[in-house]
Amino acid sequence: MSITYLEAIREAQAKLLRDDKRVFIYGQDVGGNFGGAFKATKGLAKEFPGRVLNTPISEDAMVGTAIGAALEGMRPIVEMQFADFSSIALNQILNNAGTHYWRTNIPVPITVRLPSGGTKGSGPFHSQSMESLYAHYPGLIVMTPATVEDAYTMLIDAVAIDDPVVYCEHKYLYYHLKADNLPNDGIPVGKARIARTGRDLTIVSYSAMLHESLSAAEDIAKEGFEIEVVDLRTVKPLDTATVLASVARTGRLLAVGESFPWGGVTAEVIARVSTEGFHLLDAAPARINAKDTPIPYHPNLWSTHRPSSKMIAAKARQLLRE
Amino acid sequence: MLLTRTFEEKLASMYRGGRITGGVYIGKGQEAVSVACGIFLQKGDIFAPLIRDQAGRSAFGEPLVDVARTYLGSRAGPMRGRDGNIHRGKPRDGQLAMISHLGAMVSVVVGSLMAKRGRGEKNFIGLTTIGEGGMQTGATHEGMNIAAVEHVPLVVVATNNHYAYSTPNNREFACANLVDRARGYGFEGYELDGTDLAQCLEVIGSAVKRARAGRPPQLVVASILRLAGHGEHDDFSYVTDDIRKEPFAIDCLKRAEAFIKERDLADAETLQRWREEAAEEVENAFSAAQSEPVPSGNEEDWSAISSRDLVDEIGEGGSS
Repeated sequence: MSITYLEAIREAQAKLLRDDKRVFIYGQDVGGNFGGAFKATKGLAKEFPGRVLNTPISEDAMVGTAIGAALEGMRPIVEMQFADFSSIALNQILNNAGTHYWRTNIPVPITVRLPSGGTKGSGPFHSQSMESLYAHYPGLIVMTPATVEDAYTMLIDAVAIDDPVVYCEHKYLYYHLKADNLPNDGIPVGKARIARTGRDLTIVSYSAMLHESLSAAEDIAKEGFEIEVVDLRTVKPLDTATVLASVARTGRLLAVGESFPWGGVTAEVIARVSTEGFHLLDAAPARINAKDTPIPYHPNLWSTHRPSSKMIAAKARQLLRE
Repeated sequence: MLLTRTFEEKLASMYRGGRITGGVYIGKGQEAVSVACGIFLQKGDIFAPLIRDQAGRSAFGEPLVDVARTYLGSRAGPMRGRDGNIHRGKPRDGQLAMISHLGAMVSVVVGSLMAKRGRGEKNFIGLTTIGEGGMQTGATHEGMNIAAVEHVPLVVVATNNHYAYSTPNNREFACANLVDRARGYGFEGYELDGTDLAQCLEVIGSAVKRARAGRPPQLVVASILRLAGHGEHDDFSYVTDDIRKEPFAIDCLKRAEAFIKERDLADAETLQRWREEAAEEVENAFSAAQSEPVPSGNEEDWSAISSRDLVDEIGEGGSS
C-alpha cells in the first residue's frame, strides 16, 4: 500500500468525521461529488451526508460560521481553496477566533486548512505560504506538516485541540510524497523532529522546504560534511529547545522557509538562537527565504524565486567554510 | 429604555469626569429599537448585539453590574479587564462578544444556529444588530448571504442612525432604501420608525416570530437619529440642523413617555418612581463594580490559548 500526503489529509478527515460527531467540513467545492479543488474531501460528502458542506465564495463568512458553530460545541474544519484566499478571512481568524479565548475565557476549536506554497505555474495568488503571518498574531496554533505521517496525525491533533489551528498543508507535497502506511500515533504537537542527524551544521526547516534541505544535506554529505536537519512541524509553538540542542551539537545554523523574507519563521528561529544560544554559534547564522516579490508564474522565474536544494547547498557550503 | 438611558447618562458623566479609561459608546435615541431586539429572545436563542444595544442587552438578561464591571475593568466582569466598554459578552449564555470589525458577527450567529439545528434543538432563533454603516462591509454581505443559503432562523436588525461616525447617508450608500437589499439576499424585509416603541415591538416581535416559525431570515431596517456622538469624545457637530428637525430625530424615550401620559398608562408619581428606581439600580451597579479588584500586569495569566502545553515560550515574556 502506498498513500500520498493528499490522501493522508483525506483519510484524516474521514477518520475525524467517523469518530467525532462534532466534526464537519465547510468550504468551497468540498461537497457534492466534487470533493474539493484538490480532492482532499473526495467521497466524504457521500459517506457523511450533511457534514461536508459547500459554501459560497465567502472566506470571511466561512470562518465566521465555523467560529459560531465551534462556540456551540462543534469541531469545524474549514477548507480554504488556496491559502492565498485566507487573506479575505484574516479578520475572522486573527481578530475573532484568535482573540476569543483571551477575551472571554472560551476557546474556539476551529481548524482552518490552508493549501499552501508554490507549485510550477501557479503565480502570485495561488502559491503563498502564510504561516509567518498567522504565527505573528496571538491566539493561534500554526502547523506546517512536512511528511505524510505528520499530515495525517497533525490534522487529527488539530481538531482535538481546543484552540484555533491554522493547518498549512503544502500543495507541492500533495502528490510528491508517499508513505507505506498511516501511523496510529504521531509525535506530540509542538515538538520538532530531527529529520537527519549531523554534526557540522543545523538546517531548521519545515513543510516543503524540509525536503529541499534534506536533498541539500545529501549532496553535501558527498563532500564529507554531515548536516543535521530539524523539521519544526509546528511553527507556533516553535520548539526552540530542539533547535538549540541541535545548534549545540553543530555550532552552525541555517534557517530555511518558503514564505517571504521580511520577518517570519526563519527570522524568529535566528532571533531565538542568537539571543538564547549565541555562545553555541561558531559562525553567524544565516537564512534563506523566497524573494521579496510576488510569486512569479513562469517556471524559470519561480524556480529562482523559491528556495531550492541548490541554493540551500550553496549557502550551507558558505557557512561550513566560515 | 429608562434604565439604559439612566445608566448611559451616568456613564457619560463619569467619562467626562475622567473616571472611565478608553471610550464610552451610548445608544441614546436607539433604545426603543434595541430593547425590542432583546425582549423577544428566550433562553437558547443567540443574541449578537453591537455598540448601541445596552437596552437590548439588558432586556436579554445582561446584569447591569457586568456593564459597569467591563467599563471599569473589574476582574469579576465577563472580560476581566482584558477588553472594555461595549466589547463584552457571555457566549455560554447566548450573548456573543462583538469585535469592532462591523459585520463580523453576522456569520458567527449563522454558525451557532447551524450547530443548534444539527443538535436537534427546536424553536431557537438568532438576532444580530448592525447599523447602516456596518451594512456596507463585505463581512455583512457575506454573512447575510450565507445566512440565507443556510436558511437559518436569523433576524438582522439594521438601524439607520443617519451617520457612520460623521459620514452622512449620501456617502455611505446609493440605493434608494436599505430594506430593498432583503430581497437580494433572500431575506424578508421590513421597515420601522425607530422612535416609536410600539412599532419597534410590533415589527421586530413579528420578525422574531417569523424566524421562529421557519421563514427565511428577516431584515428589519429602523430609522432614527443618533442623539449623541459616535462616542462620548465626539461632539457630533456634523449633525445638521435640518436633520435634527426630521421626524426620525425624535427622542424615542420622550415619545414613549408622552405615549404613557397620553394614554394615562401611568401617573406622574409612578413615572418619577421608575426614574428613581433606575437611578438606584445604576448607582448599585457602579458601586458594586468599583469595589472589585482590577487586574494586575504582574499577576495576569498571559496566555492567549487554552492549551497550556502549546503556549509558545515567547508568549509570557514577550522577549527572549
